[in-house]
Amino acid sequence: MTDLPNETTRKMGLVIDLDTCVGCHACVVSCKGWNTQNYGVPLSDQDAYGAEPSGTFLNRVHTYEVQPETGAAQTFHFPKSCLHCEDAPCVTVCPTGASYKRSDDGIVLVNEDACIGCGLCAWACPYGARELDQAAGVMKKCTLCVDRIYNENLPEEDRQPACVRTCPAGARHFGDLGDIDSDVSKLVADRGGFDLMPELGTKPVNKYLPPRPKDTGDEIDILAPLLAPVAAEPTGFLRWLDNALDKI
Amino acid sequence: MAQPPNLNTSPSVSDEIRKTTCYMCACRCGINVHLKDGKVAYIEGNKDHPVNKGVLCAKGSAGIMQVNAPSRLRAPLKRVGPRGSGEFEEISWDEALGIVTERLGKIRKDNPDKLAFFTGRDQSQSFTSFWAQAFGTPNYAAHGGFCSVNMAAAGIYTMGGAFWEFGQPDWDHTKMFMLFGVAEDHDSNPIKMGLGKLKSRGAKVIGVNPIRSGYNAIADEWVGITPGTDGLFITALIHELLRAGKIDLHYLGQYTNAPVLLDSDPKSETYGLFLRDKNDKPLVIDRNTGDLVAFDKKGIRPDLNGEIRKAGISHTTVFHKMAQTYLGAEHAPAAVADRCGISVETIQRIAAELAHVAFEQSISLPIEWTDFRGEKHSEMTGRPVSFHAMRGISAHANGFQTCRALHILQIILGSVEVPGGFRFKPPYPKPPEAHPRPHVASCPDAPLDGPHLGFVHGPEDLALRPDGTPARIDKAFTWENPMSSHGLMHMVISNAHAGDPYKIDTLFMYMANMSWNSSMNTKGVMEMLTDKDENGDYVIPNIIYSDAYSSEMVAFADIVLPDATYLERHDCISLLDRPICEADGAADAIRWPVIEPDRDVRGFQSVLCDLGHRLGLPNFINDDGGAKYKDYADYIVNHERRAGIGPLAGFRGDGDAVGRGDVNPDQLDRYIENGGFFAEHIPKGATYYKPWNVEYQDWAVGMGIYDAPQPYLFQLYVEPMRRFQLAAEGHGERQPPEHLRELVKTSMKPLPVWSDSTNSGAEYPIHALTQRPMAMYHSWGTQNAWLRQIHGRNPLYLPTKIWNEHGFSDGDWARVTSPHGDITVPVAHHAALNENTVWTWNAIGKRKGAWALSNDAQETTKGFLLNHLIHELLPPKGDGLRWANSDPITGQAAWFDLKVKIEKTAPLSETAPNFAPAKSPVERGPKDIAWEVGK
Repeated sequence: MTDLPNETTRKMGLVIDLDTCVGCHACVVSCKGWNTQNYGVPLSDQDAYGAEPSGTFLNRVHTYEVQPETGAAQTFHFPKSCLHCEDAPCVTVCPTGASYKRSDDGIVLVNEDACIGCGLCAWACPYGARELDQAAGVMKKCTLCVDRIYNENLPEEDRQPACVRTCPAGARHFGDLGDIDSDVSKLVADRGGFDLMPELGTKPVNKYLPPRPKDTGDEIDILAPLLAPVAAEPTGFLRWLDNALDKI
Repeated sequence: MAQPPNLNTSPSVSDEIRKTTCYMCACRCGINVHLKDGKVAYIEGNKDHPVNKGVLCAKGSAGIMQVNAPSRLRAPLKRVGPRGSGEFEEISWDEALGIVTERLGKIRKDNPDKLAFFTGRDQSQSFTSFWAQAFGTPNYAAHGGFCSVNMAAAGIYTMGGAFWEFGQPDWDHTKMFMLFGVAEDHDSNPIKMGLGKLKSRGAKVIGVNPIRSGYNAIADEWVGITPGTDGLFITALIHELLRAGKIDLHYLGQYTNAPVLLDSDPKSETYGLFLRDKNDKPLVIDRNTGDLVAFDKKGIRPDLNGEIRKAGISHTTVFHKMAQTYLGAEHAPAAVADRCGISVETIQRIAAELAHVAFEQSISLPIEWTDFRGEKHSEMTGRPVSFHAMRGISAHANGFQTCRALHILQIILGSVEVPGGFRFKPPYPKPPEAHPRPHVASCPDAPLDGPHLGFVHGPEDLALRPDGTPARIDKAFTWENPMSSHGLMHMVISNAHAGDPYKIDTLFMYMANMSWNSSMNTKGVMEMLTDKDENGDYVIPNIIYSDAYSSEMVAFADIVLPDATYLERHDCISLLDRPICEADGAADAIRWPVIEPDRDVRGFQSVLCDLGHRLGLPNFINDDGGAKYKDYADYIVNHERRAGIGPLAGFRGDGDAVGRGDVNPDQLDRYIENGGFFAEHIPKGATYYKPWNVEYQDWAVGMGIYDAPQPYLFQLYVEPMRRFQLAAEGHGERQPPEHLRELVKTSMKPLPVWSDSTNSGAEYPIHALTQRPMAMYHSWGTQNAWLRQIHGRNPLYLPTKIWNEHGFSDGDWARVTSPHGDITVPVAHHAALNENTVWTWNAIGKRKGAWALSNDAQETTKGFLLNHLIHELLPPKGDGLRWANSDPITGQAAWFDLKVKIEKTAPLSETAPNFAPAKSPVERGPKDIAWEVGK
């Protein structure tokens, strides 16, 4: 068993806007690229050019369809990575202390030197956010780019997770969710940001912004007068035109 | 229990960052390539770059796995087995270029028409066409004909530019955005960035697409239209707006040809043509004075309602003709709703919303400007509705007119080149008259008489030989498709094989996977490429191909010239070519070798410079016979298209000249110092109303975009189309052959009217489409170990209605049949889909032996192409003629007119058809990878 900190100074995390995510996988690959080259062992790929390639990813985008009771079916893209939970079951289950939550910023990490690859943490994580690297035999997970966000070798504007920096639609935001005045906290408040599966009591730090209602199409009554014909007949249309032209 | 380690949170990121241009798709974003120990360690977006401003898509970030892909060709190849077998030997460059030079030299001396040189998705068309022109063959084009020529040509003929490379929505001001038929690319990152901006402001996004994925998934409203009916929907919107008078009369009067007078006497020889003055300027009636005046006269108020009798012939305005055309009941929502699969109420509501936002939420920016008639304006008024569209509406045989209709919708709303609307990007706006006309006059041992591709303005510009037969192998610019501005790449192999209009000797292609996903009728094309005549010789005698990767096309070449990857070569993203400008400025960019190739490969454009020298082509040799350009980089810097105008606009002369200026030997270094690109902002007073804005016109001349100001009117009515119709009606010296007369009459309507292009008959009731996923570019993504994990399979997606009708369940397979053939493939359910449409991802299926994949790769066993169901020709009509499956106006390949029927089948072990593996010219990749460099 590994202890969680009683409280963290900050709660660094992601806010992911499901109204804006187009499902392009830019975050997935940028993450793969950065984390293959940086923190810990590289993210490996098995059968890379073979029948069914599979590899380690710290972030994946899932696509779901929802069929409302009335109206057209809807498609949603759902990026998923470690949520850096306050009550992270992946940490408490770790037999070696390899999984830990940082007391300063709340980031959940794996100390790869101490990881025995037992997989208990992946089993304990209700979100399926951890993947055991098949080549190295150690557990991999989102580090919130801990080697970017404080990295003095990077320009200040680049000190954010790779997925946030690359997101073309601007659907990913990074900041301190423990600070109610931070931009991300305000965004969560404004847009009704929510926890993923709150009933599990994991208290995830990452938040999702819900999609806005779609296909409402309820403005027709207000707008209908706009389409009132200017004339019933083609000749009437030309008379209208003449009058209208006189007015400009 | 382990203690938390002391983490180094500031590790060294890389040894060096080199900034160049991405080529994982056609978007051309700026990238920062991080190097460690001289190897690529990480790729991210360049924050200063005008295209992507720091962001980067999945493909771009995966570039590292493309430049280390095992599929990279390693050396020139000479075929030693039968065509298609993939049996090659590696040869030296000297031997390869010697063989090519001998063959091409003989062709050039005898008959340059015998060379067909077609390039695929390359970004150096300005250069490759220059080479082909020097060689002297009329048979050159790039891939536009099978991609989106309808979009480009309809835009240029109508308003001097189209979407994507030509222009963009005013993302910062638009309040309502409609997206038609956009697969998840083109213009990949800028559209995502733009949608993000709209979302953050709460602007409304409407997606019109049979498939609700990607951008359409996040649209506030999805209109799941029936494929091929977009033109019908759009003309219904035009009908509603006209009928309600919700149109911008001032804009139409001042900036379009709506007030231009048309000969409206059906008995007249010039029926439907403009009334013009002796200087050939179209005439309008000035509402101030009632006088007949040239359209551009200072101070006039052109009358949309004008009428005049002149020389016994009555003339009425284009606007009258529009009202007559679009107010008709056949364009009413009730008349089109069923065919479009959109309710009357929805059509009316969208029309009302457009009217509401355009006219009741109009905006104005406090920017003074002066128009081409000399009138000063104190502000810029904007109609904040904007549109974007791509292949979904253009890759139909009615696509040109559909694209035209969309532009007419934008224009009657007054929303083109205004704040909040659609904005051109330099070098556009540029009317068709400012483009070349097609040139085809060839003779032995001499260059062609001018550029191959261009814009026709009437029958006199067609590319016909004196006997009336097509001058080009692809039959571009003929009566079958007069306005084929990008050529018809999809017809080259088919025509060359049929010897129609003539036989060729050598097919020379670059980056065009014609034996697979880039051809209709893939199996047929493979047969054409391998077919032999009665003497046992190949019907297409000689095939030269250049590609960086082991694509399916490689196996069909006699000689393969291996290209370098995009991080190993020079390129220029030029204003003379397909530009990367933004609405607020002009920009161009370079690629440069940020790493050196570790194989015996050469950038294709450098190889063309070498071949140009070996063949002694004008413009490629000096007076002493030496090579004019030692490589492509040398050409980029030193070539001048006109005096002072070169491939790159930045850092000319002493390094400070912009647009026009002497050659600067240090130009590439300056680009590299500047992050691989150059950008020049448009002055504030020139940012909108560009076609008519004096300050913009002057700026464009200064930049060298054109040599004199050329303000023009938007062409709601396209007079050149009427000229073709007149010829078909029996006027003029050049008239279509009898069998095409009726087609020309009905297709070349100068005001767009929809026609049904998907008439496969009741036996084939289902539309079948492909879309390109955001994380893959054509066939390229599959060789990429990371990307193929994202899109490694492509089931055929079926809507709920069809899924239930046939009793499908998960894991099932289906046989899909078109009039041309059938395929047997896995299916999956997709509810957010037009109920009569099925679709799959484009180009995921691969042939065994290609791309350095194992023969049991999922892309070969479970992946498939819809291409097998689509023929390049329409089914025979019994007249013995070969009718292209293309738009009869432009020749655009009508990919999306496909209709099919479906039946449930037992699952197969492999999708059908499947093909015997070709021998791979490269080694298979490693089984497992863990790519980390620099440690």
